Amino acid sequence: MDRLARILGVGAGALLAIGLWLGLVQAPPDAVQGEVQRIMYVHVPSIMTAYLAFTVVLVASVAYLLRGTRSWDRLAHASAEVGVVFTGITLATGSIWGKPTWGVWWTWDARLTGTAVLFLIYVGYLMLRSVVDDRDRAGRYAAVVGILGFFDIIFTHMAVKWFRTLHQPSSLERGAIDPALYLPLMVNLGAFVTLYLYLLLRRVRLVVLEEAVEAEVLGG
Amino acid sequence: MSFLKLTGQILRKDLRIEARSREGVNTLLFFSALLVFLFRFAVGSTEAQVRQAAPGLLWLAFILTGLWGMARTFQIERENDCLEFLRLTPGDLGGLYLGKVLIGCGLMWATELAIVAMFGLFFHIDVLPVIGPLVPILLLGTLGFVAIGTLFAAITAHLKAREVLLPLLLFPLMVPILLAAGRLTNLALAGESLWAEAHWLRLLIGFDVVFVVLGYLTFPFVMED
Repeated sequence: MDRLARILGVGAGALLAIGLWLGLVQAPPDAVQGEVQRIMYVHVPSIMTAYLAFTVVLVASVAYLLRGTRSWDRLAHASAEVGVVFTGITLATGSIWGKPTWGVWWTWDARLTGTAVLFLIYVGYLMLRSVVDDRDRAGRYAAVVGILGFFDIIFTHMAVKWFRTLHQPSSLERGAIDPALYLPLMVNLGAFVTLYLYLLLRRVRLVVLEEAVEAEVLGG
Repeated sequence: MSFLKLTGQILRKDLRIEARSREGVNTLLFFSALLVFLFRFAVGSTEAQVRQAAPGLLWLAFILTGLWGMARTFQIERENDCLEFLRLTPGDLGGLYLGKVLIGCGLMWATELAIVAMFGLFFHIDVLPVIGPLVPILLLGTLGFVAIGTLFAAITAHLKAREVLLPLLLFPLMVPILLAAGRLTNLALAGESLWAEAHWLRLLIGFDVVFVVLGYLTFPFVMED
């Protein structure tokens, strides 16, 4: 596990460096937005990684409720925490991107609102975990919130889309992205996913250590 | 015990408690009257301002009173360790969940009708002609709210930080309901047909089905000790 984490860590570092160079130097600036569009290489991979992380939370939560194995709960906990960080990065980079292109730091656009709700749901998830003392109980409660939160996000995205939209539709979904921008984006996505896996393993290890320390203190 | 029987028994028990103490209805009514008063001061003094804000305020009032209503459904079980005994109930605990959802909905619907009446009275909105389309919105929107609210109330019932944690968990998940029900209420108050924006109705129905089923399935894990 430790070896795998180290490999992933080195891999993530290398991929991030390559992705950074591709995105900031090698890729041409956007025809309309110019240099500022380069923030996409961080913005898009981080939200996609966040979605991956919350999907892992869903799967691990269901598995924990059905099997009751601690490792599923640790996985859900770790993934939620990393997911919240990546969602935070998405919100921050989106805000920085929004100021020069839309003229405001924040607007009540569908995707922004949806992402903010996503952030709030999983911050709540982590807060719930932190206030429940009993580990198994915290795991079960959090699993329920993790499952409901995931399904709620699907409805939220539908609702806010009908409510109003300013954000450009996803270029990836439309297939409207130039190959010159596509490669750097994919490399960065790969880098972010590797980084996620690395952080996930580290965080799980940390939970294991926390549990061991707690057991020792309580036992001794 | 079959789950429907359990549902019926919980419903009977809670209705009897309510009938004898009237604590839930009384507090909710008084609280909502206060809210309506505060809203009137908050939105400005012209009729047009009030009318424009009415659908949103209406749902804000439902959700704020609902928050207290939800917290109450499991707080009454804390007295005399009732929760511990409920946990020991033989049979499908999902039935207990459905009973709590039904009692929560009943309490909320009654309060909501009273709030609508107060809006009519104090905001000079003619509510009687629009009550027909308004009722299905109240029924659907509230069911989704209570489906999640009941589950989260059970989760937070014995936590120290329950007063702050329940809204913290519940409110972000209510965004789809607020948007859909608010939009439909807007249509209803304007005297337009709800079918003009049937996609919002479908969203509410879908939300209700998904979360009642999820609540039913996950509730036993919340009650486990």
